[in-house]
Amino acid sequence: MTALDALRSALESLRSSPLRSALTMLGIVIGVAAVIAMVAVGAGARDQVLRQIASLGSNLLLVGQGSVVRAGVKLGAGTASTLIEDDATAIMAEIPGVRVAAPSVRWGLQVVAGNQNWGTALFGLTPDYLDAREWTIVQGRGFSDDDVTQANKVVILGQTVVRNLFGGGNPVGETVRVFSTPLTVIGVLGEKGQNTQGQDQDDVIFVPISTAKRNIPGMAKANPRFVHTIVAKLDDGVDQAEAMRQIRELLRQRHRLASGQDDDFWMRNLSDVSATRDESSRALSFLLAAVAAVSLLVGGIGIMNIMLVSVTERTREIGLRLAIGARRRDILVQFLIESTALSLIGAAIGVLIGVATAALVAHLAGWPTLIQPNSILLAVVVSGLVGVFFGLYPARRAARLNPIDALRHE
Amino acid sequence: MASTVASAMASAMAPAEAPEVIAVDRLARSYRMGSQVVHALHGVTASVRRGEFVAVMGPSGSGKSTFMNLLGCLDRADGGSYRLDGVEVGGLSSDELAAVRNRKIGFVFQSFNLLPRQTAQANVELPMIYAGQRRTVRAERAVAALAAVGLDHRAHHRPTQLSGGQQQRVAIARALVNDPMILLADEPTGALDSATSLEIMALFQRLNRQGITIVLVTHEPEVARYAGRLLTFRDGHLVGDRRQTPEDAAADAATTGATLDEVVA
Repeated sequence: MTALDALRSALESLRSSPLRSALTMLGIVIGVAAVIAMVAVGAGARDQVLRQIASLGSNLLLVGQGSVVRAGVKLGAGTASTLIEDDATAIMAEIPGVRVAAPSVRWGLQVVAGNQNWGTALFGLTPDYLDAREWTIVQGRGFSDDDVTQANKVVILGQTVVRNLFGGGNPVGETVRVFSTPLTVIGVLGEKGQNTQGQDQDDVIFVPISTAKRNIPGMAKANPRFVHTIVAKLDDGVDQAEAMRQIRELLRQRHRLASGQDDDFWMRNLSDVSATRDESSRALSFLLAAVAAVSLLVGGIGIMNIMLVSVTERTREIGLRLAIGARRRDILVQFLIESTALSLIGAAIGVLIGVATAALVAHLAGWPTLIQPNSILLAVVVSGLVGVFFGLYPARRAARLNPIDALRHE
Repeated sequence: MASTVASAMASAMAPAEAPEVIAVDRLARSYRMGSQVVHALHGVTASVRRGEFVAVMGPSGSGKSTFMNLLGCLDRADGGSYRLDGVEVGGLSSDELAAVRNRKIGFVFQSFNLLPRQTAQANVELPMIYAGQRRTVRAERAVAALAAVGLDHRAHHRPTQLSGGQQQRVAIARALVNDPMILLADEPTGALDSATSLEIMALFQRLNRQGITIVLVTHEPEVARYAGRLLTFRDGHLVGDRRQTPEDAAADAATTGATLDEVVA
C-alpha cells in the first residue's frame, strides 16, 4: 500500500463521518488557535517594549539632581543644585567606557506660536545629548557647538508640539515664544512615541542649555552651572553596574560628601526598567503558551478516544483488510495517518482562527499583536506529533487484531 | 482476468491429472479454552486439484470453519503441513502470509464484508491497493472483474444501493481481482434467499467452468449439490470425501423462475 493510497483512504474515512471528525479536531483547533493568538499578543507586547527601549537609546545611565535636606525635611528630587555641568565633563573624562556624558535642564512651560499655545517641557541641552538619546532630526538641523557657546535663540521641536502649534506643517524658520523670548525653529525631531511609562516622548522642545539658563526666569538663580540630569552613554559591552559604581564614587568625591552622608544625586539604568517589563511580558507569553499546550494535550486525548471508538466500530473492516492481504503494518499506518490527518487538518483550521483572532484582538482591544511564523510552525509540528503519539495506541490495537475474530465481530 | 489463463485448464471436469493446489497432511489445530485444550482439527489429510469445486460440510463444531481458516492462511496450524500451490505456508512470516492471502486466495464471506461507504469499484480495488497496483491498472481491472460478475453497470453504486445478491457478486469480483489460485467461500449464500442463492451458485459454477478452483463451506445440502466434490467433517475429523455429479444451478434457477440474464450474460 503506497502512502498516497493510505492518505486517500484515511481522508475518505474522515469524510464519511464529518461531524465526528470536526468535533474530534475541535480540541486541536482551539489549542492551535490559542497558541498562535496568545503568542501573537505576547510578541506584540514585547515588541512594543523593545521598541520603547530602543527609543530611549541603548546603554544609558541617568544621573539626576538629588534632594535637599533642610532641618530633616527632604525636599524631593531636583531641589539640590549640587549637580553641575562640570560633573558631566568629569564623568566623560575620568570614567572609562563612557562615550558621552551630556548635561540637561528641564522646565515645564507654555510655548506660543502665532495665536496657538501649548504646554510642554523645555530641555536645555548640548548636541551630545541628542546623540546619546539617539534623537534624529527629520527637518532642518540639530544644534551646533556655536549655538551652545553663544546661547543662540534657536529651538528644535518635538512632533507633538509641531502638531499642536503648526498643525503638522513645516515649522523650520518660524518663530515661537517662551516667556516672551522669541526662538527660531531650526529643526524637528523624529518621532519616538511613548516611553515605557506611557509618557509622550515627542511632547518636548529642545534649546541649547546656555539659552535655557539665560532666558528662562528663575532657572539659574541658585547656581548658573547647575543641571537637572546628566545622561551618560556607555560603550557597548561595558559593565553598567561597574560604571554606575565608578560614577557614584566620582560624584561623591566631587560633591565632598562624607562617608556617612546620603548621595545628593540619584542614578538609574534606563534599560533596567524596560528589561523588567520585557521580562514580565515574556513570562506572560510563556504562561499563555503553557495554557495552549495543555489544550493541545486535551485535544490529543480526544483524538485517541475517538480513534479507539473508530477501531472498535471498524473491527470487521480491519478483519477484511487483513484477509485480503493487508499487512499489520498497513493497518497501523492507515490508522496513524487518520489520527495525524485529523490533528493536522485541525491545526490548519486552528492557524486560520488564531491569525484571525490576533487580528481581531489588535482591532478591537487595540493591543499590538505580532504573528510569529515560528509559533505557527511549532503549533503545526506539535499537532502532528500529538496526532502520531495519541494515534499510536489505537493504531497498534487495530493492527494486532486477530483477522478471524475481527471478521466475526458484530 | 483469471478466466483467460485458467480456461486453458478446461480439465476442470477431469481434475485427476491437474496439479494439486491445496495439499494438507495431518493438519491439526487446537485451542486453549481456560484450562481445557479443545482439539478443533485432528490431523486432516486431503488435497484439492486445480479446477475442482469442493464443498465442505459438517455441523457446527465439526472443524470445518477451522479448516477453512487454515486454508485461508488466517490461522496457523499447530501440527501437520499445508502446501498451497507447492509452497509450505507453515514457515511463512506474518507479512508473507498477508502476501499469500493477497495474491493466491480470494475470500467470499457470508455477510459480504464490503466497505459500506465505498463504491462497488472501490471495494473491488481494495486487494489491488495492498498488491501495490497503480491506480489506472486498478480501475481497469476492477471494472473487468465487475463485468465478469455482470455488475459493470453498478460500478459506482454503494453497497447500500445494491441488493444482497448484487453485494455478494461485488464481493466475488473483489475475490477474483488479484487472479487467485483458489476462491474460498464461507457460507456465501447464508444471508441470501433461495432464488438469489441459486444465482450465486450459478455464478460459482460458471467461474469454475472457466477454470477457477473453489472451496465452499456450507451447512446446507442444497448448496453442496452444486459442487463436484464433497468433504464432510465431524468432531474435527474428515469423515467423508466423495465426488458427485453437480446439479446445474443455472437450470435450477430457470425452473424456479429466477431471472439470470445478468448472471449468464
